[in-house]
Amino acid sequence: MEYIPLNFPFLAAALLVGVSFYIIIFKKNLIKLIMGIAMLAAGVNLFLVSLGYRAGGTAPIYTDVPEGPMVLSVPQALTLTSIVINVAVLALMLTMVIHIYRHTGSLDSEKSRKMKG
Amino acid sequence: MLSKIVRTVANQLILFILIFGLYVIAHGHITPGGGFQGGAIIVSGVIMLLVAFSSKELKKSLRERVLSIMESTGALIFAALAFAGIGTVFFYNFLVGTPIFGRIPVPGPGPGDIWTGGVIPLMNFAVGLKVIAGLSAVVLAIALFSSGEEVEE
Amino acid sequence: MDTLITHSSILIIAIPLVTAFLIPLVGMTSKKARNALVIVSLAFVAFLVFALAKDIAINGIHIYTLGATSPDLTTPTGFMAPVRIILEVDGMSILMGIIWSIVSLAAAIFSFSHIASETGQNRFYTLLLLMVTGGFGMMFTGDLFNLFVFLEIASISGAALIAFRTKFADTQEGGFKYIVVSAIASLMVLFAIGLLYAQYNSLNIGALAQVIQYTTPDKIALALLLIAFTMKAGMVPLHLWFPDAYSVAPASITGMLVITSHACMYAAFRVCFTLYGGMLGTSVVGWILIIFGLLSMFVGVTMAVFQKDVMRFMSYHAISQLGYMWVGVGVGLAVLGNPALLATYGRDAISGGIFHILNHAMYKPLLFFTGGALFYCTGTRDLTKMGGLAHKMKWTTILYIIGTLSISGIPPLNGFSSKILIYESVYQFHPILTITGIIVSILTLASFTKAFHSAFMGAELPEYKEVKEVPRSMIIAMVILAAGIIFITLFPALIVNWIINPAADALINQGAYINAVTGATP
Repeated sequence: MEYIPLNFPFLAAALLVGVSFYIIIFKKNLIKLIMGIAMLAAGVNLFLVSLGYRAGGTAPIYTDVPEGPMVLSVPQALTLTSIVINVAVLALMLTMVIHIYRHTGSLDSEKSRKMKG
Repeated sequence: MLSKIVRTVANQLILFILIFGLYVIAHGHITPGGGFQGGAIIVSGVIMLLVAFSSKELKKSLRERVLSIMESTGALIFAALAFAGIGTVFFYNFLVGTPIFGRIPVPGPGPGDIWTGGVIPLMNFAVGLKVIAGLSAVVLAIALFSSGEEVEE
Repeated sequence: MDTLITHSSILIIAIPLVTAFLIPLVGMTSKKARNALVIVSLAFVAFLVFALAKDIAINGIHIYTLGATSPDLTTPTGFMAPVRIILEVDGMSILMGIIWSIVSLAAAIFSFSHIASETGQNRFYTLLLLMVTGGFGMMFTGDLFNLFVFLEIASISGAALIAFRTKFADTQEGGFKYIVVSAIASLMVLFAIGLLYAQYNSLNIGALAQVIQYTTPDKIALALLLIAFTMKAGMVPLHLWFPDAYSVAPASITGMLVITSHACMYAAFRVCFTLYGGMLGTSVVGWILIIFGLLSMFVGVTMAVFQKDVMRFMSYHAISQLGYMWVGVGVGLAVLGNPALLATYGRDAISGGIFHILNHAMYKPLLFFTGGALFYCTGTRDLTKMGGLAHKMKWTTILYIIGTLSISGIPPLNGFSSKILIYESVYQFHPILTITGIIVSILTLASFTKAFHSAFMGAELPEYKEVKEVPRSMIIAMVILAAGIIFITLFPALIVNWIINPAADALINQGAYINAVTGATP
């Protein structure tokens, strides 16, 4: 995997974050807004994981690894926590959107009172 | 509710999913995985059942009260394990050196030893229990919502 | 007792967490037992907070290392930097802890009757206690990543609580806005944490502060952290979600949400003062805080004048009052690099800002609670539809008057003592700040008087013939906060000397915070 430039994941992360901010600010559909936030989370998580990447490193397990460099374990722990939290956030958001849809009959943020992204 | 073939296959497959989930939970401290990952795998099996059978059908066997008790129990076991170390410090790994998960792993390459990690494997089980109950409840609630049934969330 | 104090910081976080998960089990058997459990656990936490406060006043910064062989072993042998989760409680953290323990206790008591008609109350109290956990965690952690985790815990449970009354459409909107804003803010915090970790291989605030270089990625991280925290605290350009979310929550939760705003503000101060400290081009960041603080004060109060919804009206006032704290502490931050000016007025400005946090945390929840009491009795939040309620609700009226006088800074109430501290010190920095502050204060008084008139004064309206005084538990909750106001009113010097000034010094003295973690001799 050495031939991939090391900053490639960072570019991908930046792209994800940029696109997700575009979606969050300009899209009116609430489901799209939630997708934007999921993408933002994915971008940040990708950024964190690629921080800990070492070329040719192995998984950060204490025993049972071949000799050589190890991938940093702390960013992976951070990412994992962040993923767990995002599951909760997304579940809560979807529940609320279902409720909003029941009350207003629409998923358009313009139509429900004066909702802003 | 889907066809009989799907339901039969789902019925058989859920066992394997459960076993794989439990494997990931049990080996959380020596291989990639852990309570959340294993729990999420098992909940993916629950989602499969949800697709194969209807949400109303599944609601009969996965009762909300039971899930709620399971979730609280998982969290309380986790907290109790953390509190058990308070003789020295909160979260202190008091099982190190004891016969239960107490071996100290040898540094360097070698086969993973499952009897290591102290309280961490036990905590993984607690977290797994909580994640299974919590995520199942969430998935079930959303499914019941979208099928138009009133649930108290 | 000594053991209890040694472990108190983690117990303060863990006890609400354990209680939160006991509630579904206990709540299945009996409602009274559940309510008693909530009260007992929150009261015990409040007791621990005060015990810890006394300990910190005597022994200095309190350190607790999770999972180590001894609580103060921050750096294990063989490691260069702290690796474990460390709780670090200094004067500023414990001030926030005191506020949070009092308000959460009052909010729980208030909820007993306010929420009594709703379904799913077990979940309500579970979420409430999780929010308490998140708040204490944010205030006590010495670690950037745990700050993020606890911020998320507080936000998720807060959003779920805002949307708790699912039968109303506006609660769902408010909760959704809150969770969207929180999700964006916390992901920005996480991104900033990643930037800092990439450079310094550390997550501990003290250890980071020791090595931080103020490079370009650090500046980006600072900007991200500040935007995230000011957005969650409701500073003006990013405040649009704030009234929508705060006005629809159950009143007890709104009172607690105000304190989570303060907790985010505390996090912003912690980042500015402790993490970046002297490294930072402090005057630039200080000026940014001052300018947006002024905008918050002014926009908040002018928007509040036009509101008809009593909770929206109070939410806009909350934005306006938060502006005072940003200005006070911002002035202190702007002169942080200049010891002479810092001694002349900078420290007083910080003290004033912090004192205003304490005062605001007493009177704003009280006002929100009275707003909730009005809603409980009349079923509407529209001020134009209310009237003549003073005849029926004597306690609520008296408590509302106390809150109003306090928020408008009428001497001798506590709002006055903190505002005068801010006015005097920021006048020396720039007179226009004080003038704006006084104008905003007058507008606040005017609009609260108007609201008082339309809700309480006048003849009894026929549709409110049946209205009775609110249940006793709601009055008790409001009286707790009013007692806090009166205590601060009677003994301002005591409070300033024993709680506020140590907190201001804790913010200024970056070295002590670092030394407490790294173990170097001061």
